[in-house]
Amino acid sequence: MTTDLLKLRVLPVATVALAVLAVWYVGALWLNAPQAIEGLNRAGQPWGSLDLVNAAFAMKRPVLPTPGQVWADFSASVINYPVTHIRSLVYHAGVTAGSALTGFAMGVTLGALLALGIVHNRTLDASLMPWVIASQTIPILAVAPMIVVILGNLGFTGLLPKAVISMYLCFFPVTVGMVKGLRSVDPLALDLMRTYNASPLQVFWRLRLPASLPYLFTSLKVAVTISLVGAIVGELPTGGQAGLGSRLLSGSYYGQTIQIWSALFMASLLSLVLIAAVTLAERLLVHGNGGRR
Amino acid sequence: MSADSAPPDAARPPAPVPVIEARGLSLIYPTADKPVIALDAINLTIDAGDFVSLIGPSGCGKTTLLRVIADLEQPTSGTITVEGMTPEAARLRRAYGYVFQAPALLPWRTVERNVTLPLEIFGTPKEDRRRRAAEHLAMVGLTGFERKFPWQLSGGMQQRASIARALAFEPDILLMDEPFGALDEITRDHLNLQLTRLWATTGKTCVFVTHSIAEAVFLSTRIVVMSPRPGRILDVIDCSDLPRDRTLDIRETPEFQRIAARVRQGLKEGHSYDD
Amino acid sequence: MLRPSVLLPLAALVMPFGMTASDKVIFAFRDPVSLAGLLAVLGAAIFVRLSPERPAVEAGVSLLAAVLAAAAPLHLLGKGITLGAHAPGLWVMLAGAALALCRALGILSAGSWTGRKAVVAGLFGAALIYAWEAGVRGFAVPSILLPAPSAIFAVLGPQADLLWADFQQTVLKAVLRGYLMGCLAGFVVAVIADRVPFLARGLLPFGNLISAIPIVGIAPIMVMWFGFDWPSKAAVVVVVTFFPMLVNTLSGLAASDRLQMDLMRSYAAGYWRTLVTLRLPNALPFLFNALKINSTLALIGAIVAEFFGTPVVGMGFRISTEVSRMNLDIVWATILVAAVTGSVIYGVLTLAERTLTAWHPSARGRD
Repeated sequence: MTTDLLKLRVLPVATVALAVLAVWYVGALWLNAPQAIEGLNRAGQPWGSLDLVNAAFAMKRPVLPTPGQVWADFSASVINYPVTHIRSLVYHAGVTAGSALTGFAMGVTLGALLALGIVHNRTLDASLMPWVIASQTIPILAVAPMIVVILGNLGFTGLLPKAVISMYLCFFPVTVGMVKGLRSVDPLALDLMRTYNASPLQVFWRLRLPASLPYLFTSLKVAVTISLVGAIVGELPTGGQAGLGSRLLSGSYYGQTIQIWSALFMASLLSLVLIAAVTLAERLLVHGNGGRR
Repeated sequence: MSADSAPPDAARPPAPVPVIEARGLSLIYPTADKPVIALDAINLTIDAGDFVSLIGPSGCGKTTLLRVIADLEQPTSGTITVEGMTPEAARLRRAYGYVFQAPALLPWRTVERNVTLPLEIFGTPKEDRRRRAAEHLAMVGLTGFERKFPWQLSGGMQQRASIARALAFEPDILLMDEPFGALDEITRDHLNLQLTRLWATTGKTCVFVTHSIAEAVFLSTRIVVMSPRPGRILDVIDCSDLPRDRTLDIRETPEFQRIAARVRQGLKEGHSYDD
Repeated sequence: MLRPSVLLPLAALVMPFGMTASDKVIFAFRDPVSLAGLLAVLGAAIFVRLSPERPAVEAGVSLLAAVLAAAAPLHLLGKGITLGAHAPGLWVMLAGAALALCRALGILSAGSWTGRKAVVAGLFGAALIYAWEAGVRGFAVPSILLPAPSAIFAVLGPQADLLWADFQQTVLKAVLRGYLMGCLAGFVVAVIADRVPFLARGLLPFGNLISAIPIVGIAPIMVMWFGFDWPSKAAVVVVVTFFPMLVNTLSGLAASDRLQMDLMRSYAAGYWRTLVTLRLPNALPFLFNALKINSTLALIGAIVAEFFGTPVVGMGFRISTEVSRMNLDIVWATILVAAVTGSVIYGVLTLAERTLTAWHPSARGRD
């Protein structure tokens, strides 16, 4: 069993990971070499290929930083500064996570309400559902700067505009997943509830909602990721205040590639943590109650 | 009296030609706790033109045996030949048609194009394909449904289409794995009748897996009774007392009842009714 | 008798419908168009209460009343009458008209004729746009906040050249090329990975990992590598579309069931034969799923990448610069172009999917 796991899981993943790392280092050498050669020539001293490699892997503004450089920058910003400090990535991650989660909560509420309406009302199903789908063909992130500006004009700044963008992105998968889930109820179980003369509310709490939970959580995992995307993009137009998006933008302005990569790394880490939290909630709510996967 | 002078309609059948021969065939699945012996030292000979049913409870290895014949499963030990070749060589020579438990029709193809699927793969010319599809769809009573999609057909019609597909390239052997298991009894009776006529007219060698005693007795020339854990053969029952040309009425005859009772007895001895 | 549908227009009869330039409050009976709308809503409500069960007539009458009532605010605005807080009667009447519309939509969606869903959705959409128009103009919302739909449409004509140049830059150059390259690359790598299971087992966790992270964040890096023009945007699009295609193709190729695979084996069909005849058709719904997801992701990726630097053309550039100049109507026109583009791509994909996968249970389930 364990050898199978090793052979079928660990070995392929490790191979691909090693290949990625190798390509990364080779790429860093290749992309950074011209700049490094220029630097070495300017220093005026004779240099060998080892010097070139060292120089290419230790540039201040490399075209492609090495994983080691990114990790060093990441851990320095996490360890060296208190979490409330502007130079701590944890602080920026916190700012982004705050608006992402607010938007997530708003989006889930909106999405769930829409789903309830659509499932229980045929008119809403016919009139609203197509527009819910159409709303997603709009590249909504394009509207992000405008939403930030409009809400800014109305006197809302800070967390709320970003949260609104996250909400807009979030509600769709929740609506679609929950409509599917609420309709996934076994018709025989519905007939059974009828023989008990159960009220619609009882049917909802005892049958429809539990049946929809697995679908809902699948959607929630998608939603929590895109709420983070929404928050990051929402931070772009506000320009360099705080948050992972502004780190990306300022890194892009000042050519601080290492900063961009470590912000990206932090964003990925944050996303994985949020997904893990949703998965944990799923375990407790769905599997804990003997629900089906 | 020599064999040459025997009249063609003699009661004595022609000398049997073995088509499928298994000797000491075993198949063991390795699992986490205890290896499962799916087939244990199976010896079996199936002659040309035979209709052999494999019967037994779930887990007795009847489907596994069929899959070994079809080279869909590899035996752990023992030998098996199909038309004197290894099962793999027989498969590559397209010696058999296989009918599965489910119709396994491709939903994006019409009934006709499902039947021509094997012919396309074998590179049969187009005109030939259409002719043969029409011929075999007529044989299973599906003329007029060529342009329909599988999901527009009832379960029984789908399974008939899959039989037409197995027949379409005219293989010598027909392997069937509980083809009517999922159908209601009335449809099943009807298809059994059609199948027995089909077998009588084409003279193919059929190996048929079932867990219905009545079905096995009605269709077969020989019945192989199997038992589970480990999968082995308990009894081989000859049904040549029954006429080759059968109608549903023969199920009421004493011969039929006697054979059915013997099958049931065999299953009982194999502890098939224990659990 | 005293349902809201009747009560609302009755109340509107005695409430102000606006204020003239000379600060004179006017009522519905002073304006023929408003009066016609009001009486239509009232009449329709009473008719629906009294009439026997004739849903088709009820729907027609309700719809007609809603349309007549909807004409009132536009007519009043045309006469230079101030609405907003001065016209409570008008808004109450429109609330009544909205009830009539809901009634009509309810009847229409309960029917069983083909195309009813499109009609209901279309009417609902038209009502939303109307509410936007009437609300923005009636309450004189500053166009900095939200321009009226008519103002957005008015920009389309004069700014057509500008919008077309942006469309060309963003959609035709960056999105389309990146989309095709990314989807094709994802597909090809998936087929290779399927042939080499070791690779599939190694790649799949990475595909899932990357789908879980905000990959749009690579935009600034791509801009740095490939410059300001379209190649950097196309590169972002390639990266964001690659992994959904990879993951979906891999699960699509695994979608053929065992019996079908055994069938192909019993025919001694080779790998490629099985791939083309059996597995790719089975994977089609998954491929279309990825194509649809990617169409949205591609537009988003390109536009977000433009926030990090562009030549002075492109939809993302237009949005960010015109927002800072407070030219909201051009911004909205660009968003409209983006929305129409997204919807058209989605629509074309849906159409192709329905034609090619009409056999699939999910397609058959639809009416």
